Amino acid sequence: MKVVINGEARETAADATLASVLDDFGVPEKGVAVALDGAVVPRASWPGTVLHADATIEVLTAVQGG
Amino acid sequence: MDDPLVIAGREFGSRLITGTGGAGNLSVLERALIASGTELTTVAMRRADAGGGTGVLDLLRKLGIEALPNTAGCRTAAEAVLTAQLAREALETNWVKLEVVADEETLLPDPIELLDAAEQLVDQGFVVLAYTNDDPVLALKLEEVGCAAVMPLGSPIGTGLGIRNPHNIEMIVSRADVPIVLDAGIGTASDAALAMELGCSAVLLATAVTRAQDPERMATAMRAAVEAGRLASQAGRIPQRFWAQASSPGTPMG
Repeated sequence: MKVVINGEARETAADATLASVLDDFGVPEKGVAVALDGAVVPRASWPGTVLHADATIEVLTAVQGG
Repeated sequence: MDDPLVIAGREFGSRLITGTGGAGNLSVLERALIASGTELTTVAMRRADAGGGTGVLDLLRKLGIEALPNTAGCRTAAEAVLTAQLAREALETNWVKLEVVADEETLLPDPIELLDAAEQLVDQGFVVLAYTNDDPVLALKLEEVGCAAVMPLGSPIGTGLGIRNPHNIEMIVSRADVPIVLDAGIGTASDAALAMELGCSAVLLATAVTRAQDPERMATAMRAAVEAGRLASQAGRIPQRFWAQASSPGTPMG
């Protein structure tokens, strides 16, 4: 199925979890946060969060700014 | 700690809060941050690159400087609240510099969205430092909804136009019970000193240092200016007079 991560479409397995998709995407162990369909999902909940088709995932980190 | 800045019960030895935006590279930023003496520095939240690192956070950790996430780029209360929640998760801090701007041209805060976001974030347990217009009415309302610090602009972000309405800043300071931080518009050291002389508790600046020809030297200047302005504000300046007043007694020949 298709999900959208940081604005880019990706193909995933039908039973993909947030953890598996983020593992493929390559997130560092600290310093990032994830929103699924506009709501924050704490890191501890990533493995148990099963994705649906067309899920929208945002992965944010701190950058220079302000 | 002598004369600390206190925000939400937390003490800081430096009254200069810096941003990290605009620096050419991390080593320039590192030297400027060290020279500034800052203990609190803003970072923005943006999409992570696939497989990317967290360079600026690693730098701040190395220097022992607290990261203050901002909501730069947000146009609505909803965007700002979600960005603050993501920042809390990513950086493990409930502090946020709340920024909700109206348009790209002015980057001026949208007062209606700002106040709404501030109220929501305070309710959710955030320590909110609100970037706002130099509007004494709005400043008071932000304090009333529970902001830990109110941060009026001197002039629009990145302009270096200094403090365009010093009287408004004085009015804001005069009836505030939370720290007032002059945020945005600082161009050079005298602007930072003026902010402190007007009674601000601290100054927040980025561009004035990071885009200066010599960021490290300008950071040193800003540090000294903030310290000088603070001392002058506490020392109590002389009243301004219309006519001269001799500082030596009488005349030599009696």
